[in-house]
Amino acid sequence: MTYFRPTELTDAIDWLADNEARIAAGCTDLFAAETGPSLKGPVLDVTAVTAMRKIERLADHWRIGAAATWTDVLRADLPVAFDGLKLAAREVGSVQIQNAGTVGGNLCNASPAADGVPPLLTLDASVEIASKSGVRTLLLQDFITGPRQTALAPGELLTAVLVPEAAGAGRANFVKLGARKYLVISIAMVAVRLVELEGHVAKAAVAVGACSAVAQRLPAVEKALQGEPMVAGVSVPVTDAMIADALAPITDIRADAEYRADAACELVRRTLEGAVT
Amino acid sequence: MNVERQTLTLVVNGEERTVAAPPARRLSELLREDLGLKGTKVGCNAGDCGACTVLVDGAPVCSCLMPARQAAGRRVTTVEGIGGEGGSDGRLADLQAAFLRHGAAQCGICTPGMLMAATSLLRENPHPSRAEVKDAIGGVLCRCTGYQKIVDAVLDAAHPGVAPALPGAGEAVGARIERLDGVPKVAGTEVFGADFWPEGALWVRAVRSPHHDATFSFGDLDAWCRDTPGVEFVFTAADIDGDNRFGVIPAFAEQPALAEGRARFRGEAVALVAGETASLGELDLSGFPVQWQPGDDYVEPEAALAAERPVHDDRPGNVLTSGMVRQGDAEAALSASAHVVDGAMRTAYVEHAYIEPEAGTAWMEGDVLCIQACTQAPIMDRDDTAKVLGLEKEKVRILPAAAGGGFGSKLDLSVQPLIGLVALKTGRPCRMVYARSESLMSSTKRHPATLRARIGADAEGRVTAMTMEGDFNTGAYASWGPTVAGRVPIHAPGPYRTPAYEGRARAVHTHGPVSGAFRGFGVPQAAVLQETLYDELAEACGMDRLEFRRLNALRDGDVTAFGQELQAVGTVECLDALRTRWEEALALANIVNAEQGPVRRGVGVASCWYGCGNTSIPNPSTIRLGVTAEGRLRLHQGAVDIGQGSNTVIPQILADALGVGIDAIECIGADTAITPDCGKTSGSRQTYVSGKAAELAGRALRQTILRLSNRGEGAAIAFDAGRIVITEGAERSEIDLSRLEADANGYVLAAEETYDPPTTGLDQNGQGKPYAVFGYGAQLVELDVDVKLGTVKVRRITAAHDVGRAINPLLAEGQIEGGIAQGLGMALLEEYLPGVTENLHDYLIPTVGDMPEIQSILIEKTDPEGPMGAKGLGEHVLIPTAPAILNAIRHATGAKVTRLPALPHRVLAAIREAEGR
Repeated sequence: MTYFRPTELTDAIDWLADNEARIAAGCTDLFAAETGPSLKGPVLDVTAVTAMRKIERLADHWRIGAAATWTDVLRADLPVAFDGLKLAAREVGSVQIQNAGTVGGNLCNASPAADGVPPLLTLDASVEIASKSGVRTLLLQDFITGPRQTALAPGELLTAVLVPEAAGAGRANFVKLGARKYLVISIAMVAVRLVELEGHVAKAAVAVGACSAVAQRLPAVEKALQGEPMVAGVSVPVTDAMIADALAPITDIRADAEYRADAACELVRRTLEGAVT
Repeated sequence: MNVERQTLTLVVNGEERTVAAPPARRLSELLREDLGLKGTKVGCNAGDCGACTVLVDGAPVCSCLMPARQAAGRRVTTVEGIGGEGGSDGRLADLQAAFLRHGAAQCGICTPGMLMAATSLLRENPHPSRAEVKDAIGGVLCRCTGYQKIVDAVLDAAHPGVAPALPGAGEAVGARIERLDGVPKVAGTEVFGADFWPEGALWVRAVRSPHHDATFSFGDLDAWCRDTPGVEFVFTAADIDGDNRFGVIPAFAEQPALAEGRARFRGEAVALVAGETASLGELDLSGFPVQWQPGDDYVEPEAALAAERPVHDDRPGNVLTSGMVRQGDAEAALSASAHVVDGAMRTAYVEHAYIEPEAGTAWMEGDVLCIQACTQAPIMDRDDTAKVLGLEKEKVRILPAAAGGGFGSKLDLSVQPLIGLVALKTGRPCRMVYARSESLMSSTKRHPATLRARIGADAEGRVTAMTMEGDFNTGAYASWGPTVAGRVPIHAPGPYRTPAYEGRARAVHTHGPVSGAFRGFGVPQAAVLQETLYDELAEACGMDRLEFRRLNALRDGDVTAFGQELQAVGTVECLDALRTRWEEALALANIVNAEQGPVRRGVGVASCWYGCGNTSIPNPSTIRLGVTAEGRLRLHQGAVDIGQGSNTVIPQILADALGVGIDAIECIGADTAITPDCGKTSGSRQTYVSGKAAELAGRALRQTILRLSNRGEGAAIAFDAGRIVITEGAERSEIDLSRLEADANGYVLAAEETYDPPTTGLDQNGQGKPYAVFGYGAQLVELDVDVKLGTVKVRRITAAHDVGRAINPLLAEGQIEGGIAQGLGMALLEEYLPGVTENLHDYLIPTVGDMPEIQSILIEKTDPEGPMGAKGLGEHVLIPTAPAILNAIRHATGAKVTRLPALPHRVLAAIREAEGR
């Protein structure tokens, strides 16, 4: 069999152990890279695996099935801390792409410009990976190891994204900069999540995408924000150096490196201000 | 390869369909190839264009991205299923009718995708806002319309309107009628290049050069052909019996259909492979036995001009040709001028990016080779294909498929000689559909230009002189390079009095993609520099920028820098039509900018002119009319409608010239076997030149009918079963058609008229009368620039275009809105880089969300030469957009952008330069 579409996770994992297969979900990246009329196989299609599709609140975390589509994310009942993720979901390609493309696919494709990664980084997300030898979890920043590279080993399947309960607190925002309105690959993007305590920033999570080989959290910025009043002007203590030090932008057809560095600074400030106003 | 098949059952348009197919096959392929539902269009196979949008369980998805297996057991809705009662009764849905009413379908290739995306929205939200419509259709690209009429149609779908009655006799010209060929476009039944093939057709694929420049040799082709499953035939240049050199301008024709030992650009075809469809589609061609020896390539004209080894051995120095216009002593006049500005501009390769990749089918009928493919120029296709294949012209018949956009690139041959060769050599029908990457690599582009100019003015703000020099990167083969080199010096001064002028343009070969015709033939590039310099000059003179243009605009009776006396010049009228908004917009900008925020408002204006038809050389159109013994009136219309509307506009002109209702006209063609030559659809010439031939033919047939019935000029004519009824006042007579003898074409009455624009050649100084009719226009752009990010958001464009006579205002507006979309793309987004942007997610064209509100103002300054006073329109609509945008950016920020496209990083760098940082 060269195309397998199970409904049970165990069947998927068993088959994957025996077949060197491509794991397919929304196929928005796989088919885009395919020149022929069919996906080259063998193919493990995980879109019918019920356990991988659900978005649910569990005892101490949220679980987003890896095969949940961006439309599923948009429609899910999630706290406002996930608003950055929802804003990103709206910016993934087009409605057509959001209806097919999945959260797990976005991570496994590991594009430096993946829209889902910065907001998930600000949600302190980890990934759940299953194989015949069991289940392991990894922090998202440890899962994506480079452009188009992940820690997924042969026989392993990304089954879910996990967001710890603590990360469900606060307000979030996401801003994407692209050369056009729809269907556009980001030049840069920023996600933030700010947890408020008595009118001040108790915890800040800030991540930038498309300005380094893998999207990055900005620890210096997060530290500087701590204790700041949660009002307009919250970004004032953030310096360009705090942002630039965490990034390594490149020059490509969309923008040059110098521009990306500058734009990242401006976007970080705007995304922060947008989160508090 | 996933050729293993599974039995899949889907509910398609309410009907259960079971098909054995590879489960990993694209759903789009399953729908089109296995289920015959060709209303679903494939534009990119990557989710970038949305043309293939269908609904799966009600949700829009790109069917090119969904494995067929995922659709099994689900409800799939295609364009064939959205009409009344699930499409089964042939009625159009309200949405489809709204598309027709609003002129939302031009070429029609994106229409099914648009309809599906909008259908999904309207089912959930029957009364959406404009923003919601844009979000819903944001994933479908359209290259023709500029999107405004599509959004209007979706918003209006909830109000089912009635199509206006077709105009009666004498009322057609000026009527805002729906396009006459529109129903198949909105029903999904239009037959584009990829939509028809005879039973058993071979699938044809090309092996293309991966190098900008390389010599090559083949290995054992016979063995590879024999040993590769699915491959039945391999052809190379050695199989071509004719003269393997084509080109749109015979004197320069040198492009091989299949390269001979040396490939001169990346994507040039060197061999063809033909075989059974399913296997050949999956075949990996990387194992094809060809060895490449890459050369020292260059893709920039500066390097080409200095190169030791030219692209073509017989064109040393790489200069293909040059054009020049000179009047007076421009240098001396500049020296004596009170104000002189000078500047440079660099523009990029721009891709036509029609949503339909090149496609077609070929078959033999006896000894006649028949080719049905997308094209803008059927007769040129016929002649060049016959030449390459070594056939008499009469042995090639071109039946143009509907063209899913053209914009100049489908003037040149693409699939025609390739599928022609396979059909001829094998005797079997065949078909070929370019992948998007193939289309991008191998099709022609807008010439990248490197321009320098100086313009002077006297103390009163009157332009004194201009010099302009431009190098146009014409790529590896000539194509329309000579036309660009000729047109640019003529048009570069713009529609302004320029007493002393010297303009030169060169077409320079490189190993880049072939540059050809693209809406404006180099004039848009030149206008970017001239019109931005005009802003600087107006500033130097201390004048309002619009007033400066008005002062210098050419007037009726003025003589141009190329020595032609002009009549019916509409520039002043166009500028005047913008004045009220100009003043409002400037006042508004002052208010916005007083806040000193990060977003600055800018206002810009630019004007344009454009000579319609070929430059100084004949380009006749012939229209034939015939009346059958049964009383039917046939219009043999060889002008290819690529979406611009000639299938509607030419009948409108004919109807009024003949004096009949438009519903009396049956339009036939284009088909080289049955329609006389109407030339190519380019140079803004079809409404003017073919329209004029239609007018002449209509008047001639009217005269014949009046003569036969002995009636006067004011008589009314009506066609009826077997007779023509002529009424003059209270008197009435008939012509009994059954008593007349039929001619060789089977017509009992006929008229055939040819019109060729009255032009003259240009002398050694470029002086003469290159065009008989010009179109004019001016556009006003209002935009916001984010001065921290360099991003530009165009808010509103007011576009005044002098069309002489608006034969169909609805279609004219569609041309303006679509031209602006392409002008905006050229200004802000589009840059084709060979080897880099070979898909539609790296090569970006505007989406619906990038388009401003457009207000079109049609100026009708009747032309003494054009039919019913009409002038051409198709090209001048995009010329002012890019310079007006740059002028508005400079107005907002002081930034002088001198390289297109004005991507955010370039704009930001220019802002910082202007700030002295």
